[in-house]
Amino acid sequence: MYAYAEFDEDFVRARVRQFRDQVERRIDGRLTEDEFKPLRLMNGLYLQLHAYMLRVAIPYGTLNSRQMRQLAMVADRWDRGYGHFTTRQNIQFNWPRLRDVPDMLDALADVGMHAIQTSGNCVRNVTADPFAGAAADEIADPRPYAELLRQWSTDHPEFQFLPRKFKIAITGAEEDRAVTRAHDIGLRLLRQGGETGFEVSIGGGLGRTPMLGRVIRAFLPEADLLPYVEAILGVYNRLGRRDNKYKARIKIAVHEMGLETLRELVEARFVKTRAEFGGADRAMLAGIAGHFAPPASCHGPETIPPGSPAFRAWCDTNLTRHRRADHAIVTVSLKTPGQVPGDVTAAQMRVLADLAERYGHDDLRISHRQNVVLPHVRKADLPAVFEALAGAGLAAANAGLVSDIIACPGLDYCALATARSIPVAQRIALRFEALKLEHEVGPLRLNISGCINACGHHHVADIGILGLERAGVETYQMTLGGDPTVTAAIGERTGPGFSSDEIVGAVERIVLAYLDLRRDAEETFAEVFRRVGLGPFQQVLYEGGEATDAA
Amino acid sequence: MTGAGGSIIVTDAGFAVPVPGERFVPLAILGEATPRAVDLAPEDDPAALAPLLHAIAAIRIAFPVFSDGRGFSLARDLRRMGFRGRLRAAGHLIADQYPLARACGFDEVEIGAELAARQPEADWRCAACRGRGYLDRIKGPEPNPG
Ligand code: SF4
Repeated sequence: MYAYAEFDEDFVRARVRQFRDQVERRIDGRLTEDEFKPLRLMNGLYLQLHAYMLRVAIPYGTLNSRQMRQLAMVADRWDRGYGHFTTRQNIQFNWPRLRDVPDMLDALADVGMHAIQTSGNCVRNVTADPFAGAAADEIADPRPYAELLRQWSTDHPEFQFLPRKFKIAITGAEEDRAVTRAHDIGLRLLRQGGETGFEVSIGGGLGRTPMLGRVIRAFLPEADLLPYVEAILGVYNRLGRRDNKYKARIKIAVHEMGLETLRELVEARFVKTRAEFGGADRAMLAGIAGHFAPPASCHGPETIPPGSPAFRAWCDTNLTRHRRADHAIVTVSLKTPGQVPGDVTAAQMRVLADLAERYGHDDLRISHRQNVVLPHVRKADLPAVFEALAGAGLAAANAGLVSDIIACPGLDYCALATARSIPVAQRIALRFEALKLEHEVGPLRLNISGCINACGHHHVADIGILGLERAGVETYQMTLGGDPTVTAAIGERTGPGFSSDEIVGAVERIVLAYLDLRRDAEETFAEVFRRVGLGPFQQVLYEGGEATDAA
Repeated sequence: MTGAGGSIIVTDAGFAVPVPGERFVPLAILGEATPRAVDLAPEDDPAALAPLLHAIAAIRIAFPVFSDGRGFSLARDLRRMGFRGRLRAAGHLIADQYPLARACGFDEVEIGAELAARQPEADWRCAACRGRGYLDRIKGPEPNPG
């Protein structure tokens, strides 16, 4: 993985010194709270319901064992012994004290980590396919481009005060595991006649006005990536709306000005930005790519050793095909029914670090589904990995199943929340564990957001749940048929919401209806939904009926 | 140490009072004759100035609030268009933004007396010392191979 060059090290240290100074100036009044706010946000520091929250970047979701151990140290020393992984592949510490934050940032800098631009109206942490460099369906590794984008966007002088936050996601595989269509810029690596390039989409975003990104350039030669992205940002910075923060994302500009107009403006600007890049970016990319060479080969048998039924069940759900027949990609579920989705204790972080070091080429990933991935594990080592995970309460065999729920922090932490999401996720997961049904159901995405901002990506789940507040009471709206992949779709609302007591039963009815409606176990929820529409599902939700299966 | 309107000009050399008598004409009311100095609002399109740029000595871009970053792109656009005169950011910028302004092509920043009192010269000098950013590296020429 990428190791800091001297320049990165100096930059991050200088940034910590600067923030230490800003904290002092805030405390002695030279900076007003209004002025301090964007500065602390640029360094990942939020004010939540009960305390500050520090959001640390895990660029493109990649970290090594040393970094994971340092996160554990930070959690133990300055927080309450745990951290929370988010849908944007970051980690959040929920209980830091303002005066400790510069020390926390210094500790992170010791291992080449930072919290820069994890918040604020700037280009945020670039997210990527968590299986990058390992997946069997990969066209090209997106991580070198993601790292180049990280360096380009870090402290970019023109783009620190954009109309609104700006999110970029990148994938290099056939399957889109980075939800690129839900980002301000989505990048998909393609090969066209021997040339590598990107399909570039803009204007995706969830929140109160969910929209899927639209293709602004069908094929951008990879050498043009930075100047093209710089042209998009330049147009957005000049013309994006600043009069209403709910209309300030680039998706609204696409919607109001039209894709064609924006494309013309971007292409005209691109002519100029292209001329400003003198070639150093290419040399840097080549240098960065060297850090992402495939792990040194270590061979083994191509079959998974036998084991207990629990081990086999875990292998069935939590492994993904690696490009090498003697390896597997391991998803470590942070969704053991009853636990807080995405939370991990310091002790668990240390177990994960040890496993990565011993069996996983020192490589760990955080997925947007709030799980941890060991991307390169020899099949021969899987029993040992499973045993160690089981000992740490990390062996839930549910990756990709209905209890592998994405949930934002919601009203338990978040100042913007309108309802709780964590307890709902816990109850749904426990219910399905009791039903012993989810392995039969197969892959199913269930996402929960605690307010309209949609950090839980509920719009792109098979079953999406949005927590709202109606006359002082939490109520949960449901959407169905969302899809985060290459066949991206925004879910459709089923109708009136459900109370906190009703929502678990409602989800259960939807899942049972899907079992009734599908032609066979191969037909996914998204396929069934496209075939039968919302009607049969509404019937079981609101009319107390059985799912009427036409067949 | 303040100018007529109480404003302060910040450059790499620190605080100074504005040159007396320099008059900026807003883009919206430009007449026949090209003025020596022009005021741009954040929403202005600098394309209108293209034919005049060689004759203009100074352009001042307004920052109504420090969180409105349009001026940074405007500055870069003017430099891209070949403007070589003095470029000034004026209004609400805070000391921490000084390096950004410089990197985008501004030569100086004009702030009010209240802000200058709250964020004294030392804060701006400290900010001015910040080193090269990533962008300078990335936009450089290709290093010589070998
Ligand atoms: S969706 Fe709403 S409640 Fe959940 S984390 Fe985002 S802002 Fe907070």
